[in-house]
Formats: sequence, structure tokens, C-alpha cells
Amino acid sequence: MSRLSGPLHNPATDAGWEDPPPRKGFFTDTSVCIGCKACEVACKEWNDVPEDGLNLLGSSYDNTGALSASTWRHVAFIEQPAKPAANTVSLGMPTTQRPGDTMDASTLTDFRWLMSSDVCKHCTHAACLDVCPTGSLFRTEFGTVVVQDDICNGCGYCVPACPFGVIDRRAGDKNTKNVGIAQKCTLCYDRIGVGETPACAKACPTESIQFGDVDELRERAAARLATLQDQGVSTARLYGESPDDGVGGSGAMFLLLDEPEVYGLPPDPVVTTRDLPDMWKKAALAALGLLAGAAAAFLGGGG
Amino acid sequence: MSEQQAEFRAEKRTDVPEQSTTGVLDEKLQPGAAVESGERTGRRGAGRGGRRGRRRRDEHQMVPDATFTSYYGRPVVKASPWEADIPAYLFLGGLAGGSSLLGAGAQLTGRPVLRKVGRIGALSAITVSFAALVHDLGRPSRFVNMLRVAKPTSPMSVGTWILTMYGPLAGAAGAAELVAPFVDLAPKRLRFSLRLLVKAASPAGLGAALVGPAVASYTGVLLADTATPTWHAARKHLPFVFVGSAAAASGGLGMLLSPPSEAGPARRLALGGAVLELAVEHHMEGGMGITAEPLHTGKPGMLMRASKALTAIGAAGSLLAGRSRLAAAVSGTALLAGSACTRFGIFHAGQASARDPKYTVVPQRERIERGEAAGA
Amino acid sequence: MGASFGRGGATSFLQDLANSDCIVIQGSNMAECHPVGFQWVMEAKKRGAKVIHIDPRFTRTSAVADQHVPLRAGSDIAFLGGIINYILANEKFFREYVVAYTNASTILREDFADVDDLDGVFSGYDPKTATYNSETWAYEGVEDIPAPGDRTPRSDDGSDGGESHESQGERGAGHELGGHGVKLAHSRVRRDDTLQDPLCVFQVLKRHYARYTPEMVQQVCGVDPADFLAVCEAVTENSGRERTTAWVYSVGWTHHTVGVQYIRGSAIIQLLLGNIGRPGGGIMALRGHASIQGSTDIPTLFNLLPGYLPMPKVGEHDTLSGYVDTIRSPEQKGFWSEAESYIVSLLKSYWGEAATADNDFAFDYLPRLTGDHGTYQTVMDMLEDKVEGYFLLGQNPAVGSAHGKMQRLGMAHLKWLVVRDLNMIESATFWKDSPEIETGELRTEDIDTEVFFFPAASHAEKDGTFTQTQRLLQWHHKAVEPPGDCRSELNFFFHLGRKIRERLAGSTEQRDRPLLDLTWDYPVNELGEPSAEAVLREINGQHLTGEKAGQPLTSYTEMKADGSTAGGCWIYTGVYADGVNQAARRKPGQEQEWTALEWGWAWPANRRTLYNRAAADPEGKPWSERKAYVWWDEDQQKWTGHDVADFVADKAPSYRPEAGTPGAKGLAGDDPFIMQADGKAWLYAPEGLLDGPLPTHYEPAESPIRNPMYNQQASPVRQVYPRLDNLQNPSPPEPHADVFPYLFTTYRLTEHHTAGGMSRWLPYLSELQPEFFCEVSPALARERGLTHLGWATIVTARTAIEARVLVTERVVPLRIDGREFHQIGLPYHWGVGSSALVSGDSANDLFGVTLDPNVHIQESKVASCDIRVGRRPTGPGLLSFVEGYRRRAGITVETGNKQRTPESTPVATETQEV
Ligand SMILES: Nc1nc2c(c(=O)[nH]1)N[C@H]1C(S)=C(S)[C@@H](COP(=O)(O)OP(=O)(O)OC[C@H]3O[C@@H](n4cnc5c(=O)[nH]c(N)nc54)[C@H](O)[C@@H]3O)O[C@H]1N2
Ligand SMILES: Nc1nc2c(c(=O)[nH]1)N[C@H]1C(S)=C(S)[C@@H](COP(=O)(O)OP(=O)(O)OC[C@H]3O[C@@H](n4cnc5c(=O)[nH]c(N)nc54)[C@H](O)[C@@H]3O)O[C@H]1N2
Ligand code: SF4
Ligand code: SF4
Ligand code: SF4
Ligand code: SF4
Ligand code: SF4
Ligand SMILES: [Mo]
Repeated sequence: MSRLSGPLHNPATDAGWEDPPPRKGFFTDTSVCIGCKACEVACKEWNDVPEDGLNLLGSSYDNTGALSASTWRHVAFIEQPAKPAANTVSLGMPTTQRPGDTMDASTLTDFRWLMSSDVCKHCTHAACLDVCPTGSLFRTEFGTVVVQDDICNGCGYCVPACPFGVIDRRAGDKNTKNVGIAQKCTLCYDRIGVGETPACAKACPTESIQFGDVDELRERAAARLATLQDQGVSTARLYGESPDDGVGGSGAMFLLLDEPEVYGLPPDPVVTTRDLPDMWKKAALAALGLLAGAAAAFLGGGG
Repeated sequence: MSEQQAEFRAEKRTDVPEQSTTGVLDEKLQPGAAVESGERTGRRGAGRGGRRGRRRRDEHQMVPDATFTSYYGRPVVKASPWEADIPAYLFLGGLAGGSSLLGAGAQLTGRPVLRKVGRIGALSAITVSFAALVHDLGRPSRFVNMLRVAKPTSPMSVGTWILTMYGPLAGAAGAAELVAPFVDLAPKRLRFSLRLLVKAASPAGLGAALVGPAVASYTGVLLADTATPTWHAARKHLPFVFVGSAAAASGGLGMLLSPPSEAGPARRLALGGAVLELAVEHHMEGGMGITAEPLHTGKPGMLMRASKALTAIGAAGSLLAGRSRLAAAVSGTALLAGSACTRFGIFHAGQASARDPKYTVVPQRERIERGEAAGA
Repeated sequence: MGASFGRGGATSFLQDLANSDCIVIQGSNMAECHPVGFQWVMEAKKRGAKVIHIDPRFTRTSAVADQHVPLRAGSDIAFLGGIINYILANEKFFREYVVAYTNASTILREDFADVDDLDGVFSGYDPKTATYNSETWAYEGVEDIPAPGDRTPRSDDGSDGGESHESQGERGAGHELGGHGVKLAHSRVRRDDTLQDPLCVFQVLKRHYARYTPEMVQQVCGVDPADFLAVCEAVTENSGRERTTAWVYSVGWTHHTVGVQYIRGSAIIQLLLGNIGRPGGGIMALRGHASIQGSTDIPTLFNLLPGYLPMPKVGEHDTLSGYVDTIRSPEQKGFWSEAESYIVSLLKSYWGEAATADNDFAFDYLPRLTGDHGTYQTVMDMLEDKVEGYFLLGQNPAVGSAHGKMQRLGMAHLKWLVVRDLNMIESATFWKDSPEIETGELRTEDIDTEVFFFPAASHAEKDGTFTQTQRLLQWHHKAVEPPGDCRSELNFFFHLGRKIRERLAGSTEQRDRPLLDLTWDYPVNELGEPSAEAVLREINGQHLTGEKAGQPLTSYTEMKADGSTAGGCWIYTGVYADGVNQAARRKPGQEQEWTALEWGWAWPANRRTLYNRAAADPEGKPWSERKAYVWWDEDQQKWTGHDVADFVADKAPSYRPEAGTPGAKGLAGDDPFIMQADGKAWLYAPEGLLDGPLPTHYEPAESPIRNPMYNQQASPVRQVYPRLDNLQNPSPPEPHADVFPYLFTTYRLTEHHTAGGMSRWLPYLSELQPEFFCEVSPALARERGLTHLGWATIVTARTAIEARVLVTERVVPLRIDGREFHQIGLPYHWGVGSSALVSGDSANDLFGVTLDPNVHIQESKVASCDIRVGRRPTGPGLLSFVEGYRRRAGITVETGNKQRTPESTPVATETQEV
């Protein structure tokens, strides 16, 4: 049985691949993202993902909302002042000053519009894969995590298991492609298999999405972080690159300009199966307890 | 933030998250709120970015003033796509497991009616629960794919295999009880095999009793092994709550359908189960922090309150049930209902906790602030 | 651009932006509208360049810029003027460059009077005709200037209201190439290289912009002085010998009644700072549609022939020689002196054998212009039933053109309408589902227009070229056969011509000769598709006689006026040199110099940066090693460098012509602007523009704000159309301007394409921006009770439309005269129809028709309006609702259509005129 948590150099090897190719992944540098959504469209075009609803969500320019069975790349848009005023501790007092009141040219330069393209993290320890009862989800030779459409029976277990809320079961009428089964980013398994770049990275005009060997991407990410910090961008931080994090590091890492939750990412994701052995122990104990309890109920004399 | 604002926010969150929060910082008033002065403060609260937020811990407060940041109030993790099938499956699975124990105990201690009740109860419960399980699949026709692999990392896979062991045993035992009266009436050709079945009943019943407890307890892991905040936070206790609930339910069934003379063990099992469930639950909720909130609020809150009341009544009733058939029936039913409420309550609390980013973000933030982050 | 440098269009190319030390993006939302080209801005940023975005809204471009400066739509001249003032007042200009390469030192006539003397107009203004006589603007000692009217080709926006902005550059170019530069060898111009003479251009400039102080900039643009000065410092610190700054604009600048002057403003700055013709410098005009540059080179403009040859006019151009004479004057400098060879070669390529020296090479076959046939004029003619039929190819005016209602009502007057498009666009379905059907202004049963819809093949389904922003021709190969009945334009027109000629075959009518004599012999494949390469070959041109007969020309210098050569568009000659499709070259960037000269083919002569002679100092040495680009190689006695020199390859920097030498030879070795009659770039345009020699601030045609500079409110020469169906909102000093207290601007979103024909039918794009919305600040939302995601109604004198509301801090109230001023943002991609996946009210229905006099562009970037909460009335109710507003604002046909304010012009002006 493969490791459930902690650092792991190549999950492909762990999954039993004989000397696999280098682990592949993404480094998404949100500091150069221009929110053009070319990645979203390219992904849908290449993977023939159905339209995901024509609704105006009012969340800035984001009308996609979140990753889903029919959205494998999602660009988040966040409007915020860059330098929060000093007195922003929440004391529950509705502040009297309202935006717009002070919003004139001189304060506007403080305004930030963050954009970030989210995707499946292809976790080193992938909860979705761990809990999949059919083996439909599997670890590819590239260390990525992919659903086999022809095997998934739509049990839906991977959905609540993912600590990033990525994978979902596709809803729709019976003619909808792959309806009823789990869908998510495949890291373009078909493309990278033949040495191609994933569609989203290929389409990105600013190299915000960088595809490559995870080891090399980690270095690039660190370098980029250093540059930005030298330029005084103190809010820059890396996300998902550390092999010590709760999922053993992800195949898709990010450079963010604010806390993860601002982008809808969990601040401290943990692969749920990390605690599974302990859970099994508890379950066994409980089962035995029930057995014993029942025995007692019968032996415990009386009518 | 005032209590009632906090309340207000609590409502806001659960309905249409899209409107309730923006992924921006404290003083940023998200669009729309700008002109809805009535709602502004409430909306603001919803929008509050939290890492600089002071967190007030107030025992008596329904909604602790945990301010936090999210992306337009949208969920961070996804709620399971499961519907009523699954909590029903949890309840019936537990009922089946417990009933098999009663059946076996009755078989060994010579309580024919209780044995019948246990075995047939187990058979019907497991049949329906299995149906529910299959029905909930996105592609029911592909259920068999469950049997492609045996994965200890997948509680559902483990569960499937437990069921495949338990099902036939409980089935045989239950079937035997059903056919027994008719064996002699049956046509010659069948008689032999039917006799065989009846003979097999005893070992099958005992076997089912050995596997039954696993059927009841693994479902705790099934829920806990997810990123659903309330379920995962309850991981240390869920199996115990579920076996307790299973014992109470099956005991209740025994009390309901068998004569007080034979129902003694059922009453004791029910009482023990009920006490275990209530005790562990209380302890569990104490340790869950903010993720316990969904167990108290909204629809799941009602279910949980009902489950506790019913279970308590049932437990109390079981003490009198020895003498009065009525009391037995009433408390038996209460226990069954209570157990069902427990499963539905916990299921829906989990779903709610997944839909509200608060329950994902706040505990993880607290972990980080305590320097206990998985990453740290 | 033409007026400043001699050619229209971008002076540099996108990749070159990576060499900039500072990039100012103003009047363009580059990241959203040119995302692929924007990679070079990001590259420059990575290399440490400062990126500044000056835009009314905080856009996705602002999001990655170092500084965003919000300003009031329509106020850019004040902002640019402020920078010019800062440069001059603080001596920040690049003296050597300015003295050597611009007309700064040229002395002007002393009777030239500036706007400050005449309360907002330049000398020569005639209030009766609302036009200028530019005589007094000229260089000292320059005589015989014909009136502007006849000297300026009436370059109306031929293609459409939208592309009109595109014609701007080319218009300038057509105009300059058209040889209307000052008819005088610059050796005879009087100069003062000390720049001290009070009458020299430099001093005039200094006086003109003295009033553009940071305080004035704040009052006009609503820009905080600190922000403004930060921009001034950034651009001046990043210009000079060692550093260069680039200016990027697009239609945020051109869709104005004074759009041409916006661009002139940036040209003046870039010349003063020495940023033209140098790497990382220049003015990057971003064009729109993939081949918009192409559609003006080989024009869809009614008033131009290929290569910017003017379309002949009745009376004016009755003979070939007469035509040629009006294009170039014999003593004229520059390359246009060969005009005759270009037009004759064109005629030969049209009519081959039938074009002979005896019949003026069939010059009479060319139609003659009888007047203005621009889009808006044509639509008004439709309303008068003067137009029977209309071809719409790749255009959706029902949504894309200003005053949508006028467009739709106009089309309803046609006998027939041909629409060729990828989708069933609103312009093809207006007769059954336009807003006018809903209001009852149109009734389907009353419309006699017969609409023919032809499904078109998309660019992926046919061969051909794109000529993009930087004049680069790139060949695209057909990827798939067009589905079903879809056909290419080439296919449609070839067979249309073939059929017509078959019909006319045997006709003896003289009027049918032009059609019957056409060279119409393109090879077709088995599917009947004509060969696009054969067409490109014809455009390139070939030798007709001599031993080279049949061989392609290699350069337009080979063209002859004796009929021995043919060529479809002289500036494209060379694209098929040596019988090779040069436009199809695709040598990867990493395998060649960064200028990538072997990717595609750029006109003229595959040059990437224009006027690049200016990248070297007068002696021919690079201004600095860091910015070396093109320089004089003493040993080889020729110009070399990273690009094809935009100069006579072997003309030494020291060369000085005989006084008055005509043609290219007339240019000195230090005259980098070879298309200019005097070889210099024009800080001050002595003529060529109809609205003044210098950019000066005027309010938009509709504006709630009073012009603080002088009584003259808006451009005194803007083209107005006072008609009942084209009412204007009042602007001060007129009363009731406060009925429309806000400004709105229109723009694009990355997720959609223009009028939506290529995006609103696609689910993957429509889901990304499903609904028409307006963007307002939280402050305006409070003021008008608008709620996020609620509905708002936006009203002008034309009509009212409804939109979902996005309340966002990306739109900020400006402080003007101490009071809060609000602007509203409206993307213009939606239209009312029944066939698209997503539809909505069209922003263009809000606009009226008021045009820039030079290029006839509609002012579709700014107008005044009112906004109120809730949805608009439907049906006839909408009409009475709008009528109510008109009454409250006391709107009549005159409202907003008086060009000169105040009417009573100072006597001074009258006497100024001769
Ligand atoms: N995704 C996408 N790309 C496109 C197109 C498309 O439809 N969709 N269209 C193509 C075409 S045809 C064209 S012409 C180009 C147009 O390219 P752009 O000109 O960049 O596009 P716009 O959004 O029309 O206008 C640019 C900006 O001008 C600002 N603006 C408006 N008025 C003023 C003003 O008075 N001063 C200043 N400084 N700014 C002002 C607007 O706020 C807007 O942000 O884009 C091309 N590229
Ligand atoms: N208010 C306001 N109005 C504007 C502007 C603005 O900024 N604000 N911008 C103006 C500008 S810059 C422009 S360019 C115009 C654009 O306005 P239009 O040109 O009127 O609108 P488009 O949608 O670009 O029309 C192009 C059509 O060509 C079709 N098409 C695409 N490829 C082909 C082909 O190969 N063959 C044929 N036959 N058809 C094809 C597309 O489906 C589409 O319907 O809008 C102008 N109008
Ligand atoms: S992010 Fe979620 S879906 Fe993707 S690999 Fe990790 S656990 Fe699986
Ligand atoms: S839904 Fe499909 S992929 Fe997900 S766990 Fe079940 S079988 Fe595996
Ligand atoms: S890698 Fe492929 S599947 Fe994954 S998001 Fe990018 S394009 Fe879509
Ligand atoms: S394509 Fe690149 S730049 Fe565009 S949204 Fe996606 S990540 Fe951002
Ligand atoms: S759409 Fe075409 S022209 Fe526009 S940016 Fe993309 S590639 Fe360039
Ligand atoms: Mo355009």
C-alpha cells in the first residue's frame, strides 16, 4: 500500500511505475496573469468539456464561479485595495467610511485586481485517488491524477474527499457527455503523452501558466518569488510547492499575492487519508465494542 | 460584530453564498451592499476578511464571531453529491448489523421470536440499504466496477467488500427464517435445497453476527475520510456514535417486534447503545470547535435535537419496557427514529459544513495560528 | 500620424515594445484587446520597464501596470498638453534630435493666431462654413496653398462606422503619401536652430501649451496632480540617448471628434523626447480586426484606391495627367514623385491589354466620386431612399455602428440587402426582431427589403493574408474545407463577376466595357475556389514586356509609367519577389534576429520600424550603444543595422541636395522622414489637418462639463448632422445640460468580439460574459440607488437601454471643480436579436452621429447620459419615456449642433481671415 502522507519524491514510482519519466506539473504565476481566460477556453476546446451555464455571477469578471466537472480551469478575479488601512481589525463595528467616498485618483493606485487561474493540484497524496473504490482514478507515469471515464461508476466519493474542491460528478441530461461520472483536469494526459504542452499552458499569452518537470518548476517558483520580493512585493508567496504540506506538495503550484483563501484555496489543505489508519483503528474498536456489548446484553442475565 | 448581525450572517451564508461574501479584505464593502443600507452591515460582516479579525470565543453564542476571508462566500471544498440514499444506507446498514447480533444471540440463547426478528430485520434492512447504495451511483449499471479492486485506502471499497461478505450470510439467515414454515409445503424438488438453507441458517446467522458490527462501524470512516469539515473533525468519534446508534436501533426493533419475555437482551443492547451514542456525541461536539456549529443550526440541528430526544426517550422507555408491551413498542419506535435522525442529522450537517467556506477556512487558520499547520 | 511623420499606422512593431524602458498605454485596453501582443509589454516589465495605463477605467491592463491613472473620457489632449508643457518648461526635451529631425526651428508666418487669442479657434476659421482656411498656419514664405477642401482627399470611413477609426492612420497616410506636403523644398524654409525666434515652431509650441499646468490638467481630466507629475517624470526620465519610451494607443483615442489631434499630441511628446524611429520608442497604434491594416492598404474605403492612391473625383480628375498632377507636384520631395508609375501599373493590372497609352490606360474606366459616400452618409441616403442595395460582408452595423437605430431604420429602406457572415447576425434579422419592431417603429409586413444571407467561410477555411497592426503580411493556409454552403469572399466575388460578365457578354454598350475588359482570369480549383496566391501575385505585380516579361516585380521602384509593368498595389510590391510568397515565411524567432525580418513580409520593403534613420544621430552614429538600431557604415558606405533602413541605402549622412532638387534626391542625409516634403517630422502641422496645426483641448460633442480653457466648448469644425432622427444632448453653455449629468464610455471585453458575431454564438465565450452590464462606482450606485446585479436604465436623446449593474471600485468618481464627477462603463458587444446564444441591449443605440472632420470617425467613446435604477419601459412606452427626457432638456434639432460657441465670434477672427 502506497504512502498516505508526507514528502514523496515521485508519486509515480510510489504507484508502481518502473522508472517513470520526470513528474510533470504546473507553476502558475498569478503576478503576470491578465485574466484573459484563454486557459479556460483552450481547456474546454481541447477536452470537449460542455458549457457550464450562462449566468452573470457578479463576482467581478468571474462568471465561471469555481472549478467543477465542466470547468477544469477557473480564473478567479478579486478586487481589493492593496494596502489595507491600519485600523482594519474587525471589531464588529460597521465602519462609517464607505468605498467611493475616499476613492479618488490619489488612493486608487492602492487598488488591486488579482487574477489567478486555478486547476487540479495533482496532489502528491491525492485524496480523490485514495478513496476511489473502482480504481477509475489512477496515478499516471507523469505523477498526475486522471479519471478513467470508462471505469468510474459515479459513486461520488472523490468529490468530498478532495481538500481543494476540484473534482465533481457531472450533472445534466442523459445526452450530456460523461454525465454522472467524475470529471476534472487530466493535465492533458493525451497531449503530454506525445510531448505536447497542455492546452491551457499553450494558450496562456503571458506565461502565467508554466508547464514542466515539477522539480524544475519548484526552482523557477522560488526564483520568481525572490525577484518579486526584491522588487518589494511583500505579499507574494508560494502555494502548493512545499513537499511538507498536508498533501505532500502538489503537482500544480502557485505564486499568490494574498492569502490562499482570498482565491478560494484552503490555507492548510490536508489529504484526508493521512488520518485513515487511525480511523480504521477506531472503527475496529467500535465494531468489537458492539460485539462485546451484544454479548453482554445476552449474558447479562435476567428475562 | 453584534450578536444579531452574527446571526444574520449565519443565515446569509447558507442561502446564496454568491451574494454573501467577497474574497476581499475587511474594509472592502462588496458590490451591491453599497446601496442596501439595511443589509449593509450584515453583508459587510459576511464580507469580512479574517486573518486580522479578532476571534471572540463566547460559550453562549450560537455563532462565534469568527471573521474570515473567502472567495465570494463560495465553498472551498465540495459537498458530496450524495442524497437521502446515503444517510438511509447508513441507518439501515447499522440496523442490519445490530439485528444480526440479536438474531445470533437469540439463536444461541434460544429466543426464537427475537431470532426471527433479528434475522429477518437484518435481511430486509441490508437489502434496502444495498438498493439505496446502488441507486445513488451516477452510473448504477457500473456498480460491479466496485469489485475491480480492493483498496484499504478507500472506505467505500472496504465497505463494499464487507457488504459482499455480510450480504449473503445475513441473506441466508433471513431467507431461512422466511421459508422455514413452508418447507414441507414446497414441491419435492425444492424441499431438499430449502432444508439445506434452513440448516445453513445457524452458521450463516453466526457469520453475519461476526461481520455485522463492521457494517455498522465502517460507515463512520466512510464519512470521516473526506475533506467535509464536520465529518472529518468527528473522525475519532463517528464509528462509536454509529455503532451506538446501530445498537439502539436494532435493540429498538427487537423491543418493537418481540415479546417482552424474549426482548431482555434487546432492551439492554438498546439502552447501552443509546447511552454510548449520547455520551460520545456530547464529547465529540465539545472537541470539534466551530465545525460543530452545523450540528446545532438549521435542518441538521433540528434532526440532531430530535435524535437526542428520541434516543433519550427510547432509552428511558427501555427500562419500563420489560413490563409493558406498549412502552416497549413506543420506546422501540423512538429508538429506531432517533437512530435514523442521527444519521440524517450528521449527514446533512456535513453537507452544510462543506457548503460554507467558514468551516474549511477558520479551523485551518486556527491550525496555522497555533503553528500546527500540516505544512508547518 | 501621417500629418506628423509622413505615413499612417504604427511607427514600430509589437516585439520592439520589449526594448522599451517605459510604456505608456493610453486610449487602449491592450491586455484585454491585444492579449497576445501584450506579452511584449510583460516582457519589457520583466526587464524592468515601467508600465503606465491611462484610462477612465481600471482594466485588466491597469491590473498589471505599475501605475494606473484614471481620467475623464475625452480629456486626453489636456493631459498630453500638460506633459508637453512639463517637457518644455523643464527643458527635458532631446535638443539634438529636436533640432535636427523636427520642424521645431522652422519659422512661421507672423499672421498666425493661436486659440488663446481667438477664444478657442485658430486663425482662418470661417464660422459660416465651420471650416478653416489654413493659409495663415503655413511656414513663412510659403505661398499658393489651395484651400484645404480640395487638398484633402475626402477620406470618409469607407468600411463602416467601426473601421472608420482604422482609416484614420491611412487617411493621414493616404493624405501624406498623396503628396500634399508643403510644396516647397525644405532647403528654402527659414530656420532658427537656436529655437529662440518667437515665430519659430518651438516658441509657438511653448506659448500654446503654457496654460496646460498640472492644475488645469486636474480641472479638465480630473487627474490628481501627484499622479500626473509621476507620469511626466517617468516618461522624461526614460527618454534620451540611453533610454526610450513607447506610447500605445488604439480606439480609445480614435473614436472622438478630435481623435486625430489626440494622436498628434502623443506624436509631439515622442518627437520632443526623441523617441521616434528608435528601438523601444515610437507610437504603437494597435489596429483592430485581424487584417484592418490590410483593408486600408487595399482599401474597403470608398475614397481610396490600393496603395492610398486617391479615388478620382468628378471634374477634378478628368484626365490621367490631371489626376497625377494633383497627387504630386513636380518639385515635390519624397517617393510620391513616381505616382504615375503606380497608377498606370494599377490600371494595367485591372484592364491588362485594354489599358493602352492611347486610352490613358483606361483611366476613364475608373468610377468618379460625386461626394461623400461614408457609412453614415450612406445610411442617411438610405433613409432618403437614394440607396437600393447594400452588401454587408463581415460587418454588423445593426450592433457595431453608432446610432444603431438609424442603421436599422436605414436598412429597412433598402430594396435588397446581401449579408455574408458566419452567423445569422442582427443586421440580417433586424426586419423581424430589432428593437424597432418591439417599439412599433417598424412593422415586419411593411419592410420591403429582400435580405439574402450567404454563410461565409472563416479565415481557417480559406487561404489568404492578414496585414496586421505593424503592416506585416502573414499568409494563412486553409486548415479545413468550409462546411456546407460556406464560401470565401474571393469565391463569392469571383463568381459574381463571372456571372455578371456572362450576362453582359456581347453587349456593345460603352458603359459595360470596364466590366468586360477586366482581367478576370484567376485559376480555380475543383471546388471552384479561385487561387488566393494568384491574386497575391497580381497584387505584387509583374513585368509585361522586355526579357523579364512575366517575372514578378521585386520592388515598386521597378514600376514604369509606360505600361510595361502591372501591379495591384505598389506598396505591396515585393511580397511575391522572386516568385516566392514572402508573406508565407515562418522562420521561428529564435532562429533569427529579434526583428524577425524573415517572418512574413512587411510593407514598405519589409521594414519593421519606420523612420529608423532617426535611430542614428545626424552623423549616422547610434545615439547610444544601448539603443543602436540602424547606422551608417563608413567602410561599406551604406546604412546597416538590425532592420531594413527606412532611407536610401547608400545616401551618406553628409549628403546635401541641390536647392530644390525634386523627388527622393531632394532629401538630405539627415532627413529621416522621407515621406515628408521637408524631410522633417512635424511638431506643428502647417497644413494637412482640417482642425488645426496643434492639438488643443475641446470637450466632447456631448459633455456635461464646461470647457475651462476658453468659451469654445467642442471642436469648432466637427461634422454635425442636425436632423430630427439625430438629436443631441445639450452641453454647456446650453441650458439643461444637467439632465444628462454623467459621461459614459464604451469598450471591449476580452471574452467577446466587437458586435458579437464571433462570440455571442459560441458557448465557450458566451458563458464567460453572458450578459450586457454597466460598470458604476459605489458612489454613483448610492447616488442613483443602483444595486449590484440589479437593473439600470441608461438614457440619451436617442433612446434608453437597460443593463445589469456591476458596482465596482474599478470605476472611480473624479474630482472636478471640487465636485464628484461620475463616468459609466458600457461594453458594446451585445445586440437585440433572436439567433445568438446571448443577447442584450446595444450600447451603440445610445450614440448619435457626430464626426471628426479629418477622418469622419464617429464619437463612440464618450457621450453624456442619465442613469436610473430599474428596467426600461418596453414597446411604445420606451418612445414616450425618451420623449419625456427630450422635453425636460428642451432638445431641438439645433441643440448640441452649433459648432462655434458662443455664436457671436469676436470680430478679430473675421478680420484675421484673408
Ligand atoms: N477580445 C477582443 N479583442 C479585440 C476586439 C474585441 O472585440 N475583443 N476588437 C478588436 C478591434 S476591432 C479593435 S479596434 C481593438 C480596440 O482595442 P482597444 O482600443 O484597446 O479597445 P476598447 O476597449 O474599445 O478601448 C480601449 C480603452 O479606451 C478607454 N477609453 C475610452 N474613452 C477614452 C478616452 O477618452 N481616453 C482614454 N485615454 N481612454 C479611453 C476605454 O475605457 C477602454 O479601456 O481591439 C481589437 N481586439
Ligand atoms: N460604441 C462603440 N462602437 C464601436 C466601437 C467601440 O469601441 N465603441 N468599435 C468600433 C470598431 S473599432 C469596430 S472594428 C467595429 C466593429 O463592428 P462590425 O465590424 O460591424 O462588427 P463585427 O462584429 O466586428 O463584424 C464582423 C463580422 O464578420 C463576421 N466574419 C468573421 N470572419 C468573416 C469572414 O471571413 N467573412 C465574412 N463574410 N464575415 C466574417 C463575423 O461573424 C462578424 O459578424 O465596431 C465599431 N463600433
Ligand atoms: S486536487 Fe483534488 S482532485 Fe486534484 S488530485 Fe488533489 S485531490 Fe485529486
Ligand atoms: S466517482 Fe468515479 S472517480 Fe470518483 S471515486 Fe467514484 S468511481 Fe472513483
Ligand atoms: S491541463 Fe489540460 S485538462 Fe488540465 S486544465 Fe489544462 S487544458 Fe485542461
Ligand atoms: S491564459 Fe494565462 S493570462 Fe490568461 S487568464 Fe489564463 S493564466 Fe491568466
Ligand atoms: S484574437 Fe487573434 S489578434 Fe486578437 S490577440 Fe488573439 S491572436 Fe491576437
Ligand atoms: Mo476595430
